[in-house]
Amino acid sequence: MTLDEMKPGNKCKIKSLLASSMLGQRLFSMGMYPGAVVEIVRNAPLEDPMEIKMDSSLISLRHVEAGFVEVEFI
Amino acid sequence: MSLVNIALAGQPNCGKSTLFNALTGASQHVANYPGVTVEKKSGSFRAKDIRFSITDLPGTYSLTSYSLEERVARDFILNEGPEVLINVVDAMTLKRGLYFTFQIMETGRPVVLVLNMMDLAEKNKIKIDHENLAQRLGVEVVPASMKTGSGKKDIIESVYNLSKSEKLKVPSQLDYLDMEEYLREIEVLLSKTSLTSKKIPLRWAAIKLMEDDENAKELVLQEETHQEIIAKVDELRKKFEEEINLKPEMYISKRRFEIAEDIVRTAVKKEENTKSNMTDILDSFLCHKIAGPVLLVGVIYLLYYLAIVQGYNITNYTWPLLAKIRTFTESIMPASGFIEEPLIRAFSLWFVDSVNALLNYIPIFFILFALIAVLEDSGYMPRMAFIMDRLLSRFGLHGQSTLPMVLGGIYVGGCAVPGVMSCRGIPDERSRLATILIIPLLNCLAKVPLYVLLINIYFAAHKGLAMFFISTISILLVLPVSKILTLTILKDKETAPFVMELPPYHIPSVKTVLMRAVERVWLFLKKITTIVAAVAVVIFVLLYYPGISDERMKYYHGEEEKAVSGFLKAASKTSFKEQFNVEKVTELANFYDTYRSAKMQGGSGFENKEKQFEEKFPLYLSIIKPSKDRELKLLGRELKKLVRSRKIISMEMKKERINNSFLGKAGMALEPVTQYAGFNWKVNVALLSALAAKESSVATLGALYQQDESGASLETRMGNEEKGFTPLHALSLMLFMVLYPPCVATAIAVKLMSGSAKFMVFSMIYPMIIGIFVSSAVFSVSTALNLSGLQAMFGFYGLALIFTIIMGFVKNDKNYQN
Ligand SMILES: Nc1nc2c(ncn2[C@@H]2O[C@H](COP(=O)(O)OP(=O)(O)OP(=O)(O)O)[C@@H](O)[C@H]2O)c(=O)[nH]1
Ligand SMILES: [Mg+2]
Repeated sequence: MTLDEMKPGNKCKIKSLLASSMLGQRLFSMGMYPGAVVEIVRNAPLEDPMEIKMDSSLISLRHVEAGFVEVEFI
Repeated sequence: MSLVNIALAGQPNCGKSTLFNALTGASQHVANYPGVTVEKKSGSFRAKDIRFSITDLPGTYSLTSYSLEERVARDFILNEGPEVLINVVDAMTLKRGLYFTFQIMETGRPVVLVLNMMDLAEKNKIKIDHENLAQRLGVEVVPASMKTGSGKKDIIESVYNLSKSEKLKVPSQLDYLDMEEYLREIEVLLSKTSLTSKKIPLRWAAIKLMEDDENAKELVLQEETHQEIIAKVDELRKKFEEEINLKPEMYISKRRFEIAEDIVRTAVKKEENTKSNMTDILDSFLCHKIAGPVLLVGVIYLLYYLAIVQGYNITNYTWPLLAKIRTFTESIMPASGFIEEPLIRAFSLWFVDSVNALLNYIPIFFILFALIAVLEDSGYMPRMAFIMDRLLSRFGLHGQSTLPMVLGGIYVGGCAVPGVMSCRGIPDERSRLATILIIPLLNCLAKVPLYVLLINIYFAAHKGLAMFFISTISILLVLPVSKILTLTILKDKETAPFVMELPPYHIPSVKTVLMRAVERVWLFLKKITTIVAAVAVVIFVLLYYPGISDERMKYYHGEEEKAVSGFLKAASKTSFKEQFNVEKVTELANFYDTYRSAKMQGGSGFENKEKQFEEKFPLYLSIIKPSKDRELKLLGRELKKLVRSRKIISMEMKKERINNSFLGKAGMALEPVTQYAGFNWKVNVALLSALAAKESSVATLGALYQQDESGASLETRMGNEEKGFTPLHALSLMLFMVLYPPCVATAIAVKLMSGSAKFMVFSMIYPMIIGIFVSSAVFSVSTALNLSGLQAMFGFYGLALIFTIIMGFVKNDKNYQN
């Protein structure tokens, strides 16, 4: 399952990142490492991008990008 | 006193600039990195016997070489070799901050870690054991809050001690477990290269090579024999991946987070707080599906209202100040002859007018820049991007293009200069360039006078509709143009993931806001006004030379004599006849103008001036002022006549001079091309003169459509003289104005923000090509179809709308590696 399939309100845990270069490093540096817990907050008014919460920081990313984050429900 | 270089590094929004300002006070300046958009500030401060020169590096989440900011920060640390690095970390996001800190530590520089935002941590009941932290990291840790200023002394002291200490205090190194072996192997390979002499830590280089970092590879590849090192590294990377089943760069990042998590677990105590915070509450409105966009429109409206509308009102108060500069210039320049203006006078006044036209915008700019700072500081800006990204990214733009476009004038009345300057923050290079290039096509304030003029003459019955058309058509032209640019010339530019933090809301501090506004206005004055002044000189020459032929001059002198002798004849019949000769008549006519302009400026100053006039020119004043005396009355009438003839002669001369000028010639030469758009040479000249500043278009038209005795407004004159000019011509002209190339000030901003003169030239040429194409197509097709101006207007609007929608569906490929 990937992060872009999650709905607002869902909570999940990151299993792995499917990207390793620019996107992968970027996601990583924002705190999206395997094991981190993610909560989907909302989608933007036009559905894309999405907003997620990790620890206490809020991060927005496009669905295409979220497609590279493998997650599992917790 | 010794000089020590230090630098501030940290993640975005952690408070680096705030600390920078606290340390340096006012002694700072903004420098643009050569050729790029990233800003680097430097300043200095003193502690005891050391003067510290401090650099505020761009905030980045990491130190890879994927983005410009990261490269800038990293190159600075490695190449400029700051002796101490102050790493600012937001206590609220310590774990993520440590991820960055580890990378700083790996560069081998002595580090002082400033744990900022402690006030917020306390408020949220987060306790951080900074001694434990310091011990685990092997660097000095100073808790601080730059908002209250606490910790500043300790920071200075730590930096001072660190730069004094004899032996280099190198931070401890992370344990990369399974990878250590590999790293050591690479270090051995590297130890035989010239890298050792460059003060670049081998361990850092080894880690970066394992990460497959492009810049690090380049560093090694500087010598040919090192090709084999790269090959060996590739081999090691493959081997590692097979063994651990994880890409080495992922392993490294993961390891960093593991350690960060472990440190946070031991050093941070957090009381669970369940009460929802302010940011969440605000976001539930500001990012709401329906309320979000509505509030966004509200914010944009407020921005316009405060900056453009109210700012414009303020210019009513500041303009008299600028007008004083002009009056002063007038007073110190040699006086005009009866019809001939001395060159130095004409030039000085032109120059002052050109610069004044720009300076007049300062109140608007100041408010705009201050409001941008409020938006930046409050944290609302990323939310704007969040809401708009979907729409804008369809056209090759970026969520963060929203603010620049709003400033540039999404409806009527913006200004391209702040618009272009606020593109700095867009992380995606392709979108940033596209935004920079399309902003000049939005409706800036200076385009409006021409619209108003033309709509009043040619669409008088449908003013509202026409104004709506012109206000919204620019966005329908801008979006597809941007898409086309990103599909063609910008195709190969790097893009970037959108991934962006939505920081907690802050109440913006007045000081920061004012400081940033002043800074930006100053930058504008320094960089842009000087160049605009230079260009004003060029345009003056083009409009003034080669001038009027001797033969024609003789004719004008003949006219002059007629007018003057008329007055003298009348005067000779009065008791004042002794007082007048040719020179005195000129003096009287000039005095009349001075008096009139003083009266126009009015105010309390006028009474004083009148007293001065009374002393200097009692006779002239009594002629001008209404009087019962028969003789004075007669002279007054004659003076009016005289002044009127003088005005007609100078207008004619002005017109002839423009006709003869280089620019006039160019206007005529362009007629064969522009006729398809319906532009005659006069319109061409007006458009050419607008190159320096668009307001000029209306002024030049004013000069070309000669003023007659009735003193009718330009509207009437243009309407009367150009019988062949139809609403269709006007439409074509307005569309060309929408697509008009950037003014000089904007062009300079484009160069600054795109970092290349090539883009500046391109930004000036491509709108002209599109403009002449659109205008010609609209004019020629509508003429052929016999459409009225209004029909053509709506036909074109419909087509533009359809084209925009179609372009929205064309796919734009991203241009970065996942
Ligand atoms: N509550 C609180 N706010 C702070 C503190 N220090 C800075 N801020 C605020 O945090 C925001 C970001 O501060 P900056 O100094 O601009 O951060 P920066 O690190 O320079 O950010 P970038 O230039 O984007 O990398 C501003 O609104 C500051 O007013 C602090 O100690 N406590
Ligand atoms: Mg900063």
